Amino acid sequence: MAEILIAPASEFEEGGCRIIVQDGLEVGVFLVGGEFHAFENECPHQGGPVCQGRLFRQVEEILGEDRSSLGERFSEDNVRIVCPWHGYEFDVKTGAHPADGRIRLRKFEVEVRGGEVFVIV
Amino acid sequence: METKVIGSTDLEPFHHRSDTREILAHAKRQAEDRNYADYVIMDVDSHHSDNVSWKAVVRYIEDPVVRAAAEEYHAKVASPPYGVVNNIMYYQDVGGRIQHQAGWREPVDDTGHHADVTIIRRAIECMGLDYMVVFPTKLLDLGKHPVARTEALLAYAYNRWLVENILSVDPRIKSLLYLPISVPEESVRIVEEFSEHPGVIGFMVTSTRNKPVYDNVFMRLYATLEERGMPLAFHGGYSWGEEPVMAQMNKFMGYHLVGFVLWNLIHLINWVTNGLPERFSRLKVIWIESGLAWLPFVMQRLDNEYMRRVSEAPLLKRRPSEYIREMYFSSQPMERENLEALELTFKMINAETQLLYASDWPHWDFDLPSAIFDLPFLGEKARRNILGENALKLFNLDRPDGK
Repeated sequence: MAEILIAPASEFEEGGCRIIVQDGLEVGVFLVGGEFHAFENECPHQGGPVCQGRLFRQVEEILGEDRSSLGERFSEDNVRIVCPWHGYEFDVKTGAHPADGRIRLRKFEVEVRGGEVFVIV
Repeated sequence: METKVIGSTDLEPFHHRSDTREILAHAKRQAEDRNYADYVIMDVDSHHSDNVSWKAVVRYIEDPVVRAAAEEYHAKVASPPYGVVNNIMYYQDVGGRIQHQAGWREPVDDTGHHADVTIIRRAIECMGLDYMVVFPTKLLDLGKHPVARTEALLAYAYNRWLVENILSVDPRIKSLLYLPISVPEESVRIVEEFSEHPGVIGFMVTSTRNKPVYDNVFMRLYATLEERGMPLAFHGGYSWGEEPVMAQMNKFMGYHLVGFVLWNLIHLINWVTNGLPERFSRLKVIWIESGLAWLPFVMQRLDNEYMRRVSEAPLLKRRPSEYIREMYFSSQPMERENLEALELTFKMINAETQLLYASDWPHWDFDLPSAIFDLPFLGEKARRNILGENALKLFNLDRPDGK
């Protein structure tokens, strides 16, 4: 087990990402909702560079009391990493695909010490 | 615990000007890990963004009046191309989630040839290909143009532009040229004029059209293709609002899923039940970009109906599925959520000799060669055949050096 020093925490913006390559391992670190999340830059679908995709808030459908559709909105809470190759979406907190939790990104532990962000690999 | 220092090789998020080599860096790694250098790999269906080149394409329109109108249009308007009436492709990028799908403007410094050649070469090299068949994108909608002559004029202009500016430059880039079959005699002319050109390995009908393939007006075209040994491909596509049945769907995935199968399903059923495989037994037919899941459906259902109604298809001497098993199919978008179903599909269509790997790059549902290479139920011979050997034989291409 080793840890990789990513960057000073102050260099991250909310919703930002830093992707580093270390000994052939590509790791993306995201700052979302004030928390850091790290994943391998490898989509379980076809091997795409998932961390080089965009973050999108989860899309929700609004239903009325009679269950009619009243349109869509972006979630206030849930953010997804979207693989730029084919659009597979993963929860930024868990790395899981929303329709099948067995399909998930390889997640790494993140530690912030002394104002710096480390990923444990 | 060992602490490592940051490397200097940070990767950037993709955007609409990202380089193919960055987007497909993982594809290149797959090609190295799987040693594609030891395989013949031919992609029988990829696309270039023809819409950015239409200002140049319209200069090849033969009719001077239409050419002047098209040049006037493109002096002011970049896209959609002159004459393309359906413009719903902008939904393909899933609202900006897939950056290389829509509005992608990759910088190219090499000015020695058309920029698309450089972009195609980058994809060839990243994906580990020996040959790549390139089709247009926007032009796939031209088959439903209400004026047949306009379709013919634009198709001829595009074919000449493609042959002179793209196919002439790199022998790894191939195409099956667009046939404006709304004007059969013009399609025959295109086959006769371009068949011998390097890079032209067959001809293609865009399937989203409402002219039945059994119409007698097409017999000379089929005969001409057969005589010249040129395969005929039907390239799937979709429409939305102009077809009432399709307009019921409010989700892209719905009309894309149905559309890319629907027209090929209709053309294939017409092709078989009208006995065209018997009438043109040496004409090789390819069905492109409909995936594979539709085939067990049509093979079973058509056999089931035919066996009760043989008098409706008097030219047939065998079950419809037996003719279908002799046709060729491109693999993408290969449905593989259920591998047992996929394995059975491979058996039903005789994939070992009839299936052709296709990427559909750079579209949102593209498949890399690993989609075939990694299938757990494929033997080595079938894997090699589907990745490239079947296509090499079908299109009578030179074996790449050292392979």
